[in-house]
Amino acid sequence: MAQAQIPIQSMPPMPPEMPKAWKWYDYFTFNIDHKVIGIQYLVTAFVFYLIGGLMALVMRAELSTPDPDVLDPELYNALLTNHGTIMIFMWIVPAAIGGFGNYLVPLMIGARDMAFPRLNALAFWMVPPAALLLIGSFFFGGAQSGWTAYPPLSEITANTAQSMWILAIVLVGTSSILGAVNFVVTIMKMRVPSMSWDEIPLFCWAMFATSLLALFSTPVLAAGLVLLFFDINFGTAFFKPEEGGDVVLYQHLFWFYSHPAVYLMILPIFGIMSEVIPVHARKPIFGYKAIAYSSMAICFVGLFVWVHHMFTSGTPGWMRLFFTISTLIVAVPTGVKIFSWVATLWGGKIRYTSAMLFAIGLLAMFVFGGLSGVTLGTSSFDIHVHDTYYVVAHFHYVLFGGSVFGIYAGIYHWFPKITGRMYNEPLGIVHFVMTFIGTNLTFLPMHSLGLHGMPRRVAMYDPQFQTLNQLCTFGAFLLGASILPFFINMVWSWINGPEATSNPWNGLTLEWTTDSPPIVENWETLPTVTSGPYEYGMGKTLPYLGINGAEVAEESATS
Amino acid sequence: MIDSAQTNELIASSDDAHGLSDHEHHDFRVFGLLTFLFSESLMFGGFFATFLVLRGAAAQWPPEETEVELLLPAINTIILVSSSFVIHLGDDAIKKNDVKGMRLWYAVTALMGVVFLGGQLYEYLTLGYGLQTNLFANCFYLTTGFHGLHVLVGVFLILGVLWRSRREGHYSDTQHVGIEMAEIYWHFVDIIWIILFTLIYILALL
Ligand SMILES: [Cu+2]
Repeated sequence: MAQAQIPIQSMPPMPPEMPKAWKWYDYFTFNIDHKVIGIQYLVTAFVFYLIGGLMALVMRAELSTPDPDVLDPELYNALLTNHGTIMIFMWIVPAAIGGFGNYLVPLMIGARDMAFPRLNALAFWMVPPAALLLIGSFFFGGAQSGWTAYPPLSEITANTAQSMWILAIVLVGTSSILGAVNFVVTIMKMRVPSMSWDEIPLFCWAMFATSLLALFSTPVLAAGLVLLFFDINFGTAFFKPEEGGDVVLYQHLFWFYSHPAVYLMILPIFGIMSEVIPVHARKPIFGYKAIAYSSMAICFVGLFVWVHHMFTSGTPGWMRLFFTISTLIVAVPTGVKIFSWVATLWGGKIRYTSAMLFAIGLLAMFVFGGLSGVTLGTSSFDIHVHDTYYVVAHFHYVLFGGSVFGIYAGIYHWFPKITGRMYNEPLGIVHFVMTFIGTNLTFLPMHSLGLHGMPRRVAMYDPQFQTLNQLCTFGAFLLGASILPFFINMVWSWINGPEATSNPWNGLTLEWTTDSPPIVENWETLPTVTSGPYEYGMGKTLPYLGINGAEVAEESATS
Repeated sequence: MIDSAQTNELIASSDDAHGLSDHEHHDFRVFGLLTFLFSESLMFGGFFATFLVLRGAAAQWPPEETEVELLLPAINTIILVSSSFVIHLGDDAIKKNDVKGMRLWYAVTALMGVVFLGGQLYEYLTLGYGLQTNLFANCFYLTTGFHGLHVLVGVFLILGVLWRSRREGHYSDTQHVGIEMAEIYWHFVDIIWIILFTLIYILALL
């Protein structure tokens, strides 16, 4: 590239094929703008959140009575399998990584796009076919072996549907590897020159750690699933003990990915937390380096804890010991983050916006889920509650109270930037209150159910558990209803909300220096980093780079 | 701290992003490919781990009726390993702006790749057992087949380079990222084969 050798200060004119703004139909095409792709991910993922949520409500309806009277038990199994799969692979991962990651990373580091825009679009367009495969699998009975797809169950039930399920997961896995390649290269190479490593917003640090983890672990899952696919369709015996195969081997391959997968679902959320909390607490983040490096520590230690899911799989004593210890160690960097956020909140001038409410709610829920996680990571305790509702309670506190709360916080926080409109705050607060109560009503009783011995993944249960189950079902329907104020707020505000300024929250990260919504290619003139991203409460304001790159005095922002 | 040379490069590349946002970043493609191949190697890692675990649990590995042949795969190994040197000659040639030389060496590499695949296919047809025969055969066909697929992709990448290089001025001493990427991929395929050959054929001798 001859042009690439010379630094050019003045911008070449816009190429004619790049419009100033996108039309609505551009969002349904193979578009290479990272912001379009981010929105595509978010909206697609939200649709699947609704589908996965409906599946959960049908299951909760079934569980309101001890007998299997609402659904055929096999359909129940298909629902529980696909509820888990959709929520993980079609909602949280694409929303947190694909959605926020793609939308925010280039804006936060002062880049015009991701390093490989075409690859980025390609990665997104692998998600809809995968989703179609999952939905289509219901015409063949639906995969019934849980989202873990352990053999032998996965090899002897609904073979066609299970194969479609495998193809779907391999597709989204490929998509997430391609996305991760893009994030690693973008964050390492595309930062605006004035931004040093310790001025990178923490969300980008989190995305960096997430991407490394995805690169490490996803291919191993793909290997395991390919072997499973061969066992089901081509008569091999990798996981068939009667022919010398090994079922536990599958569990190792699966959990080598799927434990890190919980970090794929929570690290970007931690990143969102580290952005939302200082902005709305009007204080510098406490322990920038501690938070940044703890993401890397989680990423590293998280690769060596997977056997805590397999304490009851005939695991030898030394493995139980080793993986109990490593699991407890991984709680330390997580704790570092929690304490840093609490310290950031401490003494802050907190603005209780919807985003901040969800962030604080997340803090409470995640600590709860983290504590039950520590108990589960201890093999002596885990053996007693393995495959009970205690496990279900734990991971819903982490994934719903953690990841989903974080996604909500992120949506509220960046809604003005993404849409150029303000959302309705009272409606956001109603949404938060309903979600918070609903979450605890649904998942808190499950701890007790599990400790009393109710197994997970069953359509019928012992009558002694009925009262608590009805409480869970009531909570679940409250959660379902909580979508309404959110949905109405989003749609109505996107169309009719008051126009947002470029920086309504007085944020100091670079995405707030451009228009709301940002122009195509983000800035006319790239912003210059003059201070760290979290120097709140020190009288710093961000220059707004208007259309022609000149600094424009910002209308006094709401504070 | 970023030194100034790197800063210039970064400024240059962000300008590049503006003018040519429709294109991938040429400067970063090699880095991107290396990141991807790192990930891809872990998929092989999963298969190799499976192979070793199953081997460790088996009474006899490979079992009696499914022994492996050694001569043909050894020749194949020599062909594939030397092709890695041949493709490097092509890379050297383009650095001297010698497109003809590059074309020659890349064509030879592709040919060696095809010979390797042919040898592999011949081995499959003459071994006397198939994918489903036993656990060892499962592993054997799956890993060598998956690797063979990668060789095939590599051959297509090289053919792609040859196809593009027919246009004068497409590649030059300063502009040959595609050539470099094909070479890196080819080395990757080669390294994986060496590990695979050790695991399947050499370990079978022990
Ligand atoms: Cu885990």
